[in-house]
Amino acid sequence: MTKRLPPLSGALALGALLTAGGCQNSILDPKGAIGAAEKSLILTSTYAMLVIVIPVIALTLWFAWRYREGSGARYEPDWGHSVRIEIFCWGIPSIIIAFLGYLTWTSTHALDPYRPLDSAKKPLVIEAVALNWKWLFIYPEQGIATINEVAFPVGTPVDFRITSDSVMNSFFIPQLGSQIYAMAGMRTQLHLIAGEAGTFPGLSANYSGRGFSDMRFNAIATSDAKFADWVAAARHSPATIDTADYSKVAAPEEKAPVQYFSAVEPNLFNEIIAKYMGKAESFHSGLKED
Amino acid sequence: MNLLGRMGWSDLAMLESPVIMGAGLFMGLVVVAVLGVITYMKAWKYLWTEWLTSVDHKKIGVMYIIVALIMLLRGFSDAILMRTQQAMAYGGHPGYLPPHHYDQIFTAHGTIMIFFMAMPFMIGLMNIAVPLQIGARDVAFPFLNSFSFWMTAAGAVLVNLSLVLGEFGQTGWLAYPPLSELKFSPGVGVDYYIWSLQLTGLGTLLTGVNFFVTIVKMRAPGMTWMRMPIFTWTILCTAILIMAAFPILTVTFGMLSLDRYLGFHFFTNELGGNQMMYVNLIWAWGHPEVYILILPAFGVFSEVVPTFARKRLFGYNAMVYATVCITFLSFVVWLHHFFTMGSSANVNAFFGITTMIISIPTGVKIFNWLFTMYRGRIQYTSMMLWTMGFMVTFVIGGMTGVMLALPGNDWVLHNSLFLIAHFHNVIIGGVFFGYMAGYTYWFPKATGFKLHEGWAKASFWFWLTGFYVAFMPLYALGFMGMTRRMNHYDNPAWTPFLEVALVGALLVLCGISCQVIGLVVSIRNRHENQDVTGDPWNGRTIEWSTSSPPPFYNFAVLPHIDSLDAFNETKQRGHEARETPVYSDIHMPRNTPAGLFMSVAAGMLGFALIWHIWWLAAISLLAIPVIFIVRSCNDDIDYYVPAAEVARIEALHNARVAKLELTHVA
Repeated sequence: MTKRLPPLSGALALGALLTAGGCQNSILDPKGAIGAAEKSLILTSTYAMLVIVIPVIALTLWFAWRYREGSGARYEPDWGHSVRIEIFCWGIPSIIIAFLGYLTWTSTHALDPYRPLDSAKKPLVIEAVALNWKWLFIYPEQGIATINEVAFPVGTPVDFRITSDSVMNSFFIPQLGSQIYAMAGMRTQLHLIAGEAGTFPGLSANYSGRGFSDMRFNAIATSDAKFADWVAAARHSPATIDTADYSKVAAPEEKAPVQYFSAVEPNLFNEIIAKYMGKAESFHSGLKED
Repeated sequence: MNLLGRMGWSDLAMLESPVIMGAGLFMGLVVVAVLGVITYMKAWKYLWTEWLTSVDHKKIGVMYIIVALIMLLRGFSDAILMRTQQAMAYGGHPGYLPPHHYDQIFTAHGTIMIFFMAMPFMIGLMNIAVPLQIGARDVAFPFLNSFSFWMTAAGAVLVNLSLVLGEFGQTGWLAYPPLSELKFSPGVGVDYYIWSLQLTGLGTLLTGVNFFVTIVKMRAPGMTWMRMPIFTWTILCTAILIMAAFPILTVTFGMLSLDRYLGFHFFTNELGGNQMMYVNLIWAWGHPEVYILILPAFGVFSEVVPTFARKRLFGYNAMVYATVCITFLSFVVWLHHFFTMGSSANVNAFFGITTMIISIPTGVKIFNWLFTMYRGRIQYTSMMLWTMGFMVTFVIGGMTGVMLALPGNDWVLHNSLFLIAHFHNVIIGGVFFGYMAGYTYWFPKATGFKLHEGWAKASFWFWLTGFYVAFMPLYALGFMGMTRRMNHYDNPAWTPFLEVALVGALLVLCGISCQVIGLVVSIRNRHENQDVTGDPWNGRTIEWSTSSPPPFYNFAVLPHIDSLDAFNETKQRGHEARETPVYSDIHMPRNTPAGLFMSVAAGMLGFALIWHIWWLAAISLLAIPVIFIVRSCNDDIDYYVPAAEVARIEALHNARVAKLELTHVA
């Protein structure tokens, strides 16, 4: 009987999507250095594997056709061993994996989310707190805070420090690159940079309960001047966060609107982490120093 | 004290929505119909003595597969509900499933498909095939085997009960804390999850022990390690993985239970609890679990390809070494499930590379099947189609797997629909296709008649195309930044892809329908599809040397194995098999309801703990050891089948075969 080829067409569709560069808002349309490096890593690793995957699929279909019953092809029922073929079977995958292993080692170090980016500009520190079900962003140097909106200048490295005041979430702006978990009582770090201006969707990539689907924010990459305007606008907000009403800000909420706070308790981020560290005295002990 | 713990009228989930009421009523109707048919056919006694209390591995295997097929329908209904919701819920439209239901559905889908579909299916296949492949009369511990099965069944009952009474977890299928802790999930959902999995997990662990001992100790004389069929090899490795991995699962859920029931703080946010520990532990079980599922599927393909290519397996030794390699490597890759947790670059790179190394022995296996086909004479039965579909599909799944193994790639693809597409690619295209091939392959051995090939082939083509139509769009959506478990979304570009995925799910529905129809048709026409000889596929291994279904003692005379593919050798040599055998008395275990009773008590214990019905918990907890002690005091647990009885049964079988040969000659 004949074999149709839907699997191959699927593989080709996948390949076409990869090479075409994908659609808007996708990780194949990166807007920053980290995202761009990760896109190129995805492509390189895919091409390296297609070197073996395409011949294997082709060979499978060819053998399936060539050696079908009644084809009259050579038949050797007792043949089951060949040193040459076995060397090939172990050797070819080993070579490809050796290459990918090297790529893994170098790229994992180069793209390590904790590694500060090489830049002449001083990084902008932004503290992100995952709440149920919204993101609180604190700008310690500017003394402002926001809900579900984060802004930063194009070309300035951003040093995100991330925690959660609830369940586990994952902080992710797909077009800028890597994501990292937000976990209560812990601080994770992520260094990103935007290469061009724009508003990019941000989200939690780790399911966190019923409001999870709306736990989205806008990441605005903009010019230095417009960023300064944005900060100034936030500073004009009547709302502030001091420790007294942080609990109101942190209360569970679905589809939370964007909010600005003109002032924020200076040590809030560390306090949010410290409250899960047991005794209040151990305030600083659990914090990793840079 | 409330006699029903925390249960109240409001917990009747059926009252909550028409979707659940429909599902609940349907489930109730099916149960009533099945019970009614059994009563009408006066089959209770037969069912009790021949099946429910049976310790025969073949019957236990059949019961496992029945559970797996029923749970496949349940898990697949969840899939259709999810695909429909996501195809609808864009741009402010909430869809038809509010998060409270939707979140239970994706949690149940994953839990059911892994623990109550794939695992019972795999254990069913190994129960049916392994003792026959190694020339044993049963497993090492037949009573334990019955207990294992009923524990899985008890877990399955609890999961289904959660549909109508209370709720299921809304945590995702691995119930990461702190979301699964009391503070964030105070309801019974997580408790249903924990106790149903504890029961089936214990059953699985005991199965692992049972089959490890069976394969190590009970192989027929002459069956050295390197004469074992590959399926048996993969089950041996699976049993080792189960013994090493399932205790981790039991302990992890035990710790989560302590948190939830007794105020401990293993994984809470507060008081020094550490959620990262849970994630590490659950994946230290979870990654070997992936190989627990796939190794037996590899085993099935290694039986199917040589049988239908009419040729010796290429590279038997390499196949064994590759299997053993995968077994060990599967324990050093678990961290690749959470490269995004903030480990150092060295740690992430280490686990990325170990993960990739697994693809080397896996690649070797693919090449070995390929070169088994080379210079063969391939018959395209449905089993061979599943295998071909697997080889092409699994290679793509392997490629996307290695992509995810690069931490740099994973940081943008983690938890995306790309990941969902990847693991469905390997679990449907690898595990499930393998189990379907195995199901069709050993079906005549277990029942005495073959499955209808036409329906089986139709099912294959629907599954294959359905898989690609359903999951290729998900790969694309992963690149487009769509994460898993979304109830609704606002990106209109995703919708067409999700609509195509729904069409794919409907094609799979056609595939499943073909399987169900095929099963019904095959049972109705069983006299036409009968397998009289016991060797319907011209098989190579010794399970095909006995009748179908085999007599309860499997082999009248234990075979002597002097080569790989021993039965094929025997057939090549000709009429040796026809020598008049000398029968002797056969030692067999008696059936017992003790495993069933203990599991009923364990199921009641789980139910009582879920609902905080403490008096019932105490009684059922006490009942389990009491039943066990009573059973242990019974000395009448085995008997001998007299040689004359064996001779009578064998003569009947031989007469049937002779009659068939006569009609063929005529």
